[in-house]
Amino acid sequence: MDDTQSTSELRPTQEKAPGFQSWRPYQSAQQCCEPSTHFQAENLSIVYRKHLALQNVNLEINKGCITALVGPSGCGKTSFLMSINRLTDLILGCQVSGRLLINETDIMAPFTDLLHLRRQVGMIFQKPTVFPFSIRKNLEIPLREHGMCDHATLASSIETSLQQVGLWDEVKDRLNQPAQGLSGGQQQRLCLARAMVLSPEILLLDEPCSALDPISSGIVEDLIVSLRGRYTVIIVTHNLAQARRIADYVALFWAVDGIGQLIEHGPAHTIFQSPQHELTSAYISGTRG
Amino acid sequence: MILSSNNISSHSKTDLHVLWSLQVFAVVAGSLLVLVIGFILRESWPALSRLGLTRLFTDPGWFPTEHSYQLTPIIGGTMLAACGSILLAAPLGILSALFCHFYAPPLLGKWYRHMIELLAGIPSVVFGFWGLVVLVPLVASWHPPGPSLLAGILILTLMILPTIMLITHSSIAQVPSAYIHSATALGLSRWAVIWHIVLPVSRIGMLTGVFLGLARALGETMAILMVCGNVVQLPSHLFDPIRTLTANIALEMAYALGHHRSVLFMSGLVLMGLVLCFVSVAEALRHKANHAIAK
Amino acid sequence: MLSPSNTIGETGATLMVWTAVTLIATPFLWLSGDLLWYGWHQLSINFVVSVPQNAGREGGIGPILVSTGLIMTVCMAVAMPIGLGTALFLSEYTQNDQVSGRLIRGSLDVLAGVPSIVFGLFGNAFFCQLLGLGFSILSGGLTLACMVLPILIRTVEESFRAIAQDQRLSAAALGISQRATIQHILLPAAIPGVLVGCILGLGRAMAETAALIFTSGYVDRMPTSLMDSGRALSIHIYDLAMNVAGGNSNAYTTALVLIGLLLIINLSASWITKKWTTLNQLPS
Repeated sequence: MDDTQSTSELRPTQEKAPGFQSWRPYQSAQQCCEPSTHFQAENLSIVYRKHLALQNVNLEINKGCITALVGPSGCGKTSFLMSINRLTDLILGCQVSGRLLINETDIMAPFTDLLHLRRQVGMIFQKPTVFPFSIRKNLEIPLREHGMCDHATLASSIETSLQQVGLWDEVKDRLNQPAQGLSGGQQQRLCLARAMVLSPEILLLDEPCSALDPISSGIVEDLIVSLRGRYTVIIVTHNLAQARRIADYVALFWAVDGIGQLIEHGPAHTIFQSPQHELTSAYISGTRG
Repeated sequence: MILSSNNISSHSKTDLHVLWSLQVFAVVAGSLLVLVIGFILRESWPALSRLGLTRLFTDPGWFPTEHSYQLTPIIGGTMLAACGSILLAAPLGILSALFCHFYAPPLLGKWYRHMIELLAGIPSVVFGFWGLVVLVPLVASWHPPGPSLLAGILILTLMILPTIMLITHSSIAQVPSAYIHSATALGLSRWAVIWHIVLPVSRIGMLTGVFLGLARALGETMAILMVCGNVVQLPSHLFDPIRTLTANIALEMAYALGHHRSVLFMSGLVLMGLVLCFVSVAEALRHKANHAIAK
Repeated sequence: MLSPSNTIGETGATLMVWTAVTLIATPFLWLSGDLLWYGWHQLSINFVVSVPQNAGREGGIGPILVSTGLIMTVCMAVAMPIGLGTALFLSEYTQNDQVSGRLIRGSLDVLAGVPSIVFGLFGNAFFCQLLGLGFSILSGGLTLACMVLPILIRTVEESFRAIAQDQRLSAAALGISQRATIQHILLPAAIPGVLVGCILGLGRAMAETAALIFTSGYVDRMPTSLMDSGRALSIHIYDLAMNVAGGNSNAYTTALVLIGLLLIINLSASWITKKWTTLNQLPS
């Protein structure tokens, strides 16, 4: 959080970047988002081996908006994020109860098609996790697995997705080289491209900038802003300044007696300017957390 | 390491004695390999110098009493048994390692792993005995005579499977869980995650296991001696009895004299060469895998 | 753990994995079931102590257990000092990149890969013939000692290397001699590791057959000295199964005894390791 000042200083051109001029923080919610609910959590609780990690979360997330989940470590933000694409299934001893609705469909239902769900919901992790293969193969694996086998289509999809994340010009000559040779920021953008190549509706970002240096972090952040309107983005961040810069909606999570809870949720300007809950104002002003 | 002699200013007499005696032990242990190879060479020297290696392949057959020492069918039998068992054991071992990581409920996976460890601890003579009493009659009821290449392959498979499974298991455990999580988040099915991510990432570890398994299969004596029938011939099908290099040594050493004995030592030399080749390939692979992880 | 399948390929893969597991579990359960079923009812104190009769078809395994014990004693009595000394030398007096250390380690690694029948050949040529020990418990034990040295040294060396460098530094800072450092600081700290190394070596020696066939011999009488030929448990099983018609039931019981001993050996090794690691993890 201490480097937020320097981050924005390092990117004086951000406001002038093409395509972003019209964007203003705080007012964006009205401008960009249709007020239709895309995703909804009802009474969601997550238990890790008898320890209650998250209790009774009720949250609605609007289509095409960027929602930031903020709060101190260990308050269940990441668990919440991982339950949205049911990645919690992979974690031993983790049980999720309650309802999660995407477009009115409960994804917690027993016979949910998880592969379809995960195609619908893309996810980026804190550390860039490129597979130890070539750049091309990283993008081809999900495409092929979802039934795209034609070489021309594959190539064009790969190009489009790399262009979307602004990586095409940087890597077009070395698509067959190992992806691990890319810089951290490039790797994270490749991960984003890999998630977007399946054209998901929802993108889950788990602190996508925290493992990156300020410059790469700025590039990735700009990229996330450019997704507004096309994807529903849910981003976990420890960086309040980042949430202030990019989010339309903010949800504050807090661990009360070791149990994660949703404290407050609302449009970014309301949360930042007139928080309702005392924890929120304390967190935003920096006296707690 | 801190004790290395130049680190310590005072060289008391007892300290020097300790160093000398440790050095003696270390030299004994270190020279053991030279001693083993030297003695095998020494004993096989008469055969090597008088008969030469070519006679092992050009003689009319394996008739030690008539000084005819053709090893081709025996080497062929050894190779067939080892390769056949690796062909069975490699997929089974890799699949069961995958089972523990991705398919089994946690408790069952743990039990299964313990079972494989127990399997690894069963002495080869017990495998051989069980093979002789249970497996050979079973094969015979399917297709006589019973003691056969097939029985040998099956018993060897059981014996080298733990090696392959346990090494694969630990190399799969080293695949970063972030890879598996992000592949799953991309909507890849369980098998797609395994096929596209887990297997390619852990392939070097798996190969190490396969080569060590092959080395073990080649060097195995007792089980194969008990179930293979020990007839010197190149088998025409799976149900023919065979004799391996190890079984040949174990069977004939007791009464071999002169050139015969020397040829047996020479076949031991050949066997050791083969096994050490595979072991060093496995070691090189392990080295490479460690480097890849460190990077 | 991953998402359930919904395609044919996925179902096929799952089927394949479960089939493989069944294929492996079946013979294992069959083998252990057989051993228990046919071996258990004959197992008694009497079987363990009495003398084999009628080429082993009847009677027990008393002298064979004694021979096995003697062979193991010879093996460990020779392997332990050499192993301990070499491990100490490797961990305390050589660096990883030093030529002498690398040579010794490399040769031990290669030795670990040598098939047991080749050790048998070597033992026959060196101990039985050149040193004139003949087919005897001594030759068998010495041959096995050569065989278990690599595994013994590897485990013991690792346990010495696991000792924190601080302890050596503080001992040196107190002006304690190397002999005293080894005796009072390093050895006590590494005792569990040394024990585990010896136990693992013992397990490997006990399971061995091929190296003993033409070094310790076949004689199933009670040995009177180390120069007598003595039959180990594993050789007894081999002989009953291959050369004695109708020896199967005693072979089953002997196999059960052998596996029981090996289980005790391996379980105690893992128990010591567990105990040791939990002790080391206690906050100091």
